[in-house]
Amino acid sequence: MSILAYNGGAMVAMKGENCVAIAADRRFGIQAQTVATNFEKVFEMGPHLFVGLPGLATDTQTVMEKLRFRKNLYELKENRRISPKVFAAMISNMLYEKRFGPFFVEPVVAGLMPGTFEPYICNMDLIGCINQPTDFVVGGTASAQLYGMCEALWEPNLGPDDLFETISQALMNAFDRDAISGWGATVYIIEKDKVTVKNLKTRMD
Amino acid sequence: MSLEEICGIPQYNSLDYERLMHDDGLSRYCRNFDNGMDLAVPPFLNQSNNFAKFTKDDSGREIKINFDHGTTTLGFMYKGGVVLAVDSRATGGQFIGSQTMKKIVEINDFLLGTLAGGAADCVYWDRVLAKQCRMYELRNRERISVAAASKLMANMVYNYKGMGLSMGMMLAGWDKRGPQLYYVDSEGLRTPGKVFSVGSGSIYAFGVLDSGYKWDLTDEEAYDLGRRSIYHATHRDAYSGGIVRVYHMKETGWELIDNNDCNDLHYKYQEEKSKEGGA
Repeated sequence: MSILAYNGGAMVAMKGENCVAIAADRRFGIQAQTVATNFEKVFEMGPHLFVGLPGLATDTQTVMEKLRFRKNLYELKENRRISPKVFAAMISNMLYEKRFGPFFVEPVVAGLMPGTFEPYICNMDLIGCINQPTDFVVGGTASAQLYGMCEALWEPNLGPDDLFETISQALMNAFDRDAISGWGATVYIIEKDKVTVKNLKTRMD
Repeated sequence: MSLEEICGIPQYNSLDYERLMHDDGLSRYCRNFDNGMDLAVPPFLNQSNNFAKFTKDDSGREIKINFDHGTTTLGFMYKGGVVLAVDSRATGGQFIGSQTMKKIVEINDFLLGTLAGGAADCVYWDRVLAKQCRMYELRNRERISVAAASKLMANMVYNYKGMGLSMGMMLAGWDKRGPQLYYVDSEGLRTPGKVFSVGSGSIYAFGVLDSGYKWDLTDEEAYDLGRRSIYHATHRDAYSGGIVRVYHMKETGWELIDNNDCNDLHYKYQEEKSKEGGA
């Protein structure tokens, strides 16, 4: 068994029309045993910037704290907010530092670029290779199922409401086919002047 | 001649050639067609010792051949008979292959079997057992006892011990001696008992089952106990889930009580809990 599948978890981010969405499940388990169903894997790193860290739960939290530290340092030095693109480069750089003993997380970044409010999403592998597609990114143990759902459901120029529906359906139907993710889900819809957080009612088995 | 016999070379030149082609010749290519207990095995002298060679690949890694390892099943006896309850999830590794599998096999009107372990193993041997039980019934003009049926099962799978069969099953029935519950597994264990739970979620099911079990349960209480035990197991165990199926073995034969989706049960129990908290 891969250490990336020790705790389980599913993550997806999608682009919409002037908005982005990021969603994750809420399970924290140890292999087959579900320990908690309120585990957060998506973190707010700025007004229009979120990062999801699926993978080994201990590294989810460690990496989140290390990233917050580096982001704060950057923002104090530069006296401006970090952009999603720069933040992604920062994660990538930090992960590659541990090339020969990596953190077992596959980060997903979702946000709006400062100034232009252009949607931005990317994901990377555990040693920081950035993938920056135009439609959606996935991560976690249900990634195969998520690719299938996203390829089927996603379409360009979705508004915030349609994007919420699409990402929620994609996530829920994907992790219902994965034994070690699910048990609740959180969806973040990021728009220019508001961020909507919703907890989904899902299967609990 | 004797060397031929030792090597097992077919005697094509003998007068029996015609008979060989029609008997042994053909039956050798469809061995479990006539006899379900006769499976094809690799040509080793000592099967269970040498078979271990086939459970590893050439780089020494274990070959995984079992589908559906995660399961929760339970069965218990009480004053009203036997209750069996099972989940319905089938997994291959982390992937959920099915959420609607039938893990209780209706062997005949007075005999039920539960499956846990390798799905194909359980389904196959239950089918062979069903045939054996029917044959017994036709030969002896009475139904087979649960003790005898479970022993047939235990003996059949014991022949393949150490060769990778994986199954843990409960047999519930009602015969001349009343309600019966047996546990049989692929290691050759066979034992009667009052309360059993089998599978990866059994530890969670036992927690609920043991705390609520008593002999004098009413029928409804017994169904609810079985249902709740399986539900709590599906909640904690990643490899159990789907639908909770509850069966009751009565004097008049088995009866399917109900099938409940775990999703509905979760929100029903949650609502009951919040009402209790508020009151």
